[in-house]
Amino acid sequence: MKITDVIRELGLKVLSGHEGLENEVTGAYVSDLLSDVIGNGREGNVWITLQGHHNIVAVASLKDLAAIIIVKGIQPDEETIRKSKQENIPLLSTEDDTFTVAGKLYNLILKQ
Amino acid sequence: MKTYRADLHIHTLLSPCGDLSMTPANIVSEALRKKLDIIGITDHNSTRQAGLVGMLGAREGLFVLQGAEVSTREEVHCLVFFENSAELELFQEYLDDNIPAVMNDPLIFGDQVVIDEKEYIIYTEEKLLTNATNISIGELEKYVHARGGLFIPAHIDRVRTSIYSQLGFLPEDLNADALEVSKRSTPEKFSRIHPEIKAYPLITNSDSHYPESIGTVYNCLEMKELSFGEIKMALKGIDGRRIRKKC
Repeated sequence: MKITDVIRELGLKVLSGHEGLENEVTGAYVSDLLSDVIGNGREGNVWITLQGHHNIVAVASLKDLAAIIIVKGIQPDEETIRKSKQENIPLLSTEDDTFTVAGKLYNLILKQ
Repeated sequence: MKTYRADLHIHTLLSPCGDLSMTPANIVSEALRKKLDIIGITDHNSTRQAGLVGMLGAREGLFVLQGAEVSTREEVHCLVFFENSAELELFQEYLDDNIPAVMNDPLIFGDQVVIDEKEYIIYTEEKLLTNATNISIGELEKYVHARGGLFIPAHIDRVRTSIYSQLGFLPEDLNADALEVSKRSTPEKFSRIHPEIKAYPLITNSDSHYPESIGTVYNCLEMKELSFGEIKMALKGIDGRRIRKKC
């Protein structure tokens, strides 16, 4: 499954990082502590968070994550958008809260 | 030059977690008993009790840095200080506009009261002060520096509400006047794990919520006299002012 499939199935909005939309998805991780994601995020994971600070892009890049989903319609910082373009990490937005979007993504990944 | 002892992270009874014995008078007398020259008043997301501590301290020759411990949108705790009451009032308005409308339950979180010199309650903060504000860490830093204040990420060694726990590592553009290491660690110990922090002035404070904890750790600032500007220079290490290892 590719990020484009996730976007289509979950109705996500692409904020930036379009060049990473063909990234392969291996699974997902949910956390708002970046220190925890550094420890536990896996390559190809979609990361669901409410954090909008630009360090999220650096963490995603460091851990080779496939994309970041920002929940509740939260607008990330401008610098975060800029860095995501630079690092080709897709920043995706949903109006759903974490529980809802994680549930949808879980079902989608199970179907594969 | 003289060397001054400074504990820059102290909560008053206004913080829900601050003990009711943390009255301005008790804080000042305990700081003097511990032979501190400078204290910082840093309630969670509020500056409203700092002024009285400043006034009582000034009478006793204790210099009081006035500010707050702000919880940013990312839930990173940062100490901020301003030079005068006009700046503090402006900053208080900024805080009031950005604290979520979640009410405090004193039975669960503790009382959030401001008292006057006679120790009468003159204000009760209804909104819970320990929640994250809607101010990002970058916005906070820019605001504080535009108004000539000090911006110091707090207890960076802690596993929650610290810049490392919330943001994973120091943001590359972090413009901090110092970094605070809690008394659970020391600047020396924590910089062995994270050598990148040596690029910043490092301080350690008591983060007191009870009187007896005041001054249990402190910093030694070598500078000309007790003033906001001199403290700034000591942190930056300008013109012979500096943070000394011991005093």
